[in-house]
Amino acid sequence: MYGKGLRALSIATVAAMALALALVFFYAPLEAEQGFLQKIFYLHVPLAIVALCGFVLGGLLAIQHLRTREARWDMRSYVAIHMSLIFAVATLITGSIWAKGSWGHWWVWSEPTLVSFLIVFLLYATYQPLRFAIEDPERQSRYASVFAVTAGAFVPLNFIAVRLSTAYLHPRVLGSTSNLPGPMALTFVVSLAAMALLFATLCKYELTAKHTRAQVRALRRRLTGETGAPIRRRSAAPSLQPTAASAGSATGSGA
Amino acid sequence: MGALLAELPALPLHTAGKYVAAAYVVAFAIVLIYVAIMGIRLSRIERELGELLQLTESSPEAPAERERESTPAYPMKGHT
Repeated sequence: MYGKGLRALSIATVAAMALALALVFFYAPLEAEQGFLQKIFYLHVPLAIVALCGFVLGGLLAIQHLRTREARWDMRSYVAIHMSLIFAVATLITGSIWAKGSWGHWWVWSEPTLVSFLIVFLLYATYQPLRFAIEDPERQSRYASVFAVTAGAFVPLNFIAVRLSTAYLHPRVLGSTSNLPGPMALTFVVSLAAMALLFATLCKYELTAKHTRAQVRALRRRLTGETGAPIRRRSAAPSLQPTAASAGSATGSGA
Repeated sequence: MGALLAELPALPLHTAGKYVAAAYVVAFAIVLIYVAIMGIRLSRIERELGELLQLTESSPEAPAERERESTPAYPMKGHT
């Protein structure tokens, strides 16, 4: 059951976000070079890290799907990538706002970190059109998993390639965390944890909603006496067929 | 309230404040939009469940089927 523990997770997320915001604005000292503008980094960097980790997680879940051929892994991989795309959009927007405040430009094409993140984002932006283009659910989930594994492997390679590049215009946060003063490092770690919790909570909401919808559809088929395979409209989202027990009781434990 | 605000650390909102505010507002607006979409989906599921409930109440076969399920197929020992 996907909804199990959702309330506790939601409360923990709200508490962590509130703590992170309080630390950012009332505890962390102003950075010497960038001043108040540096506060964006407590939002922008955790968003970027969580988005990239979400893409890799989507690939790992896709491996599990290819191994077991169970639809629930495909659904989890889809939700992780879907949520990471939303986080990636937020990363790009907040990064552009920071660039405008710091460099005076919304976007700098010569900066490898920015461009590489945009490439990763555009790569994953093709994930849902790819799924939508394939009508057969079995083939759709298989091809999507292969895509998720390949693209997931590309993310760390891309990260390492950027690190090896010499043009260090973009501020390094991860590589210099040990050099951060204590209050700044603490604020950053709490912000990162809060963002990870937000990601986990939203994924759980999405999975619960999709599972509930699948159960309602199964119940409708049962009550209206429809037999045979369900009529499936073309969709990018994977079809999550409820188990026989959950379809029968409409309250089942699910995938 | 005014005294409390006076005690809070001064934030240099006149310089980089608008950029910091914009970044945080955008991020939380994205989350809010997502939550709103989830709310719309939830209301759709609620409506579908209401329709299914109406279907079960209006179906003439439903009471008979329930009775048949509760009655054993073979009479138990001692029952006539």
